[in-house]
Amino acid sequence: MENSASSEAFVRFDGVQKSYDGKILVVKDLNIDVPRGEFLTMLGPSGSGKTTSLMMLAGFETATHGDIYLDGRSINNVAPHKRGIGMVFQNYALFPHMTVAENLAFPLKVRNMGKSEIEQRVNRALDMVELGSFGDRRPAQLSGGQQQRVAVARALVFEPDLILMDEPLGALDKNLREQMQYEIKHIHERLGVTVVYVTHDQSEALTMSNRIAVFNDGIIQQLAPPTELYEKPTNSFVAQFIGENNKLSGILQSTQDGICTVRLPSGELVTALDINTDDIGKESTLSLRPERVFLDPVEGQCDNVFTGKVEEVIYLGDHKRVRMNVCGHDEFIVKVPNSTDHKGLQVGGTAPIGWSSKDCRALDTI
Amino acid sequence: MMANTVEAEGQLTPDEQKRLTSDMHRSLRRKKVRALFLVAPLLIFIMVTFVSPIATMLFRSIDNPQVSEYMPNTTAALASWDGDSNELPDEATYAALVEDLVVGRKNHTIGKAATRLNYEKSQMRSLLTGTARKAARLKPPYKAQLIKINKGWGDIDNWRVIKRESKPYTTSYYIAAFDMETTPEGEIRMLPENQRVYLQMLWRTVWMSVVITLLTLLLGYPVSYLLASLPMRVANTLMILVLLPFWTSLLVRTSSWIALLQGQGVINDILVWFGLVNDESRLSMIYNATGTVIAMTHILLPFMILPLYSVMKTIPPSYMRAARSLGATPFTAFVKVYLPQSVPGISAGAILVFILAIGYYITPALVGGQTGQFIGNMIAYHMQSSLNWGLAAALGVVLLTLVLGIYALYSRLFGGNNQMTLR
Repeated sequence: MENSASSEAFVRFDGVQKSYDGKILVVKDLNIDVPRGEFLTMLGPSGSGKTTSLMMLAGFETATHGDIYLDGRSINNVAPHKRGIGMVFQNYALFPHMTVAENLAFPLKVRNMGKSEIEQRVNRALDMVELGSFGDRRPAQLSGGQQQRVAVARALVFEPDLILMDEPLGALDKNLREQMQYEIKHIHERLGVTVVYVTHDQSEALTMSNRIAVFNDGIIQQLAPPTELYEKPTNSFVAQFIGENNKLSGILQSTQDGICTVRLPSGELVTALDINTDDIGKESTLSLRPERVFLDPVEGQCDNVFTGKVEEVIYLGDHKRVRMNVCGHDEFIVKVPNSTDHKGLQVGGTAPIGWSSKDCRALDTI
Repeated sequence: MMANTVEAEGQLTPDEQKRLTSDMHRSLRRKKVRALFLVAPLLIFIMVTFVSPIATMLFRSIDNPQVSEYMPNTTAALASWDGDSNELPDEATYAALVEDLVVGRKNHTIGKAATRLNYEKSQMRSLLTGTARKAARLKPPYKAQLIKINKGWGDIDNWRVIKRESKPYTTSYYIAAFDMETTPEGEIRMLPENQRVYLQMLWRTVWMSVVITLLTLLLGYPVSYLLASLPMRVANTLMILVLLPFWTSLLVRTSSWIALLQGQGVINDILVWFGLVNDESRLSMIYNATGTVIAMTHILLPFMILPLYSVMKTIPPSYMRAARSLGATPFTAFVKVYLPQSVPGISAGAILVFILAIGYYITPALVGGQTGQFIGNMIAYHMQSSLNWGLAAALGVVLLTLVLGIYALYSRLFGGNNQMTLR
């Protein structure tokens, strides 16, 4: 039983815990199976344990408890240099005293590879990241994006089955970061390597990953593909952390067939999907995406209809971001597409708004 | 400059260009004047208390006023005498000598000229001072009488020395500093083996400084590595221990090494007590080269650790991790990745320790005994005891040239390297 599970999962965290001081657990009971070829992202705020988990996988930190398996073999007692894992670091960690080609040759040289084969592989890796003519440069002579590509090429050049990336795009500016996201994604698709990627940038995670593990407080809050994570968050932290979110708190009144009603402090009743609630009479937080709220809903389109008072309108080109006071909650955000001309979108004006109970999720309290 | 040209897209007319250049110069000049004012007090202080005394001291290594100043008549008379002629100077020269001796004795200046000549040829002092005492009573003709008073005046070599040293500048201090001598015939040759002192001492100073530098590197590198890899708070605490010697008097530190290392000292006592060493054959670890090396290694260690630490602090730990993740063993990762990046620290620390060591004086003087003396001690001896300042200055110039040469070599080898690391 145990055998079949570990042969399926290429990387496997089994009940892993980590504490630095013997008092506080930075990682509490981590269990993940990563199949071969997957792009898994560990996403979370700083201090959530994601980087620690990655460092344990790389071998630079030891797990206080539990086992980490690589290809069915426990690697708890395997030194980092024997794990055969490629790694891309946050600041690239390109060796400044070596040229780009020497940097790429480093992992091959320590494996005692022949001279001609090293040269061949280095050139192939440089071509892969489109830096064919940069072999003789020093890392300091390259731009941030080029350094980033060299770092990726260096992690791939010895053909490891697993690549770890620790916030590799953190130091790049926005445009370059988006471009590199696609490049890394394409390299992953082309080579079929397994990637474990750490970031605190949710859009980066959504763009690149097959699955995302959302970390908070040393625990995986939700492990799911990007769409599911965004569309179907299972707790308030994930709903709040991924994308923009309207949250309304109220008391659970009733629940039946997966649909519940929640009474807001201002007295209104909201119907929502019952996802992760406590007992009736306890508090629950409703999660609702701004783009799922309709302004001037057509009769029968929404089963939750209220009146909102416009507090602020921000023009963003393709859409308007409207902050409203709804049911006594004045941080309620509605995204209005720019195509239709809505009346009453003046600050201080009121407008009917509504949403479907299928788009509103009743979750735990934060 | 570049921003300007880009903004104007090269469309500046020559007039505008000229104005821009002059404006720039004016604004820069104001900055330069301001900078000069800020450094002026220190600059003046250094010029007065440091540069000018050193320059005067160095000048003494070629300055040679004693004979020409205190024996002016003899100097003038000897100018026309041919030293290679194998004939003694004429009667006029002897008369000039007597005149100089009489005046010199009255003014108490003849001793200075005599001392100066004695550096070149022993017994010159007694020849001059002895004759000077009787010179006042002499009547011309002088030549025969002087030779009668002291046979030395009949020795043509003595006259050659006087003539040679009557010039206002001399190379004889340098010749002495290189363990050489000038024969009366004017030939320069090495001193006999058993009289050579300075070259051997200079060589010993250099190699002992090299040993001390290597030892501080060997001891300091791991400590710096530890300090650089520890968390800031712990590193700062440990740094106090490294800096502690700085806050203790050099004399106290050197004296404590005497207490530890001497024949009846702590270490020997312990060795004897454990039976590792016989009471009769206690180790001599001080008042020799060993003592100098031990004490100076300890004293100069912080000068190695500090530059090493400051360079190592800037090497991110991710480099070593990257090397490990790429498959390098800890040893390979260290040799191929960490060590090359710490080279600027090694070279800076090594040059600092070496240059400090090569000119060291107090510690070798206290614990060096006979075999652990440095060239600095010899310079001090000639400054304070033998009062041969010219020779002290010449030795100083030799040492200074050596240090500057080594520094030039250093900046050629590592200057470019440092720049690369900075960029």
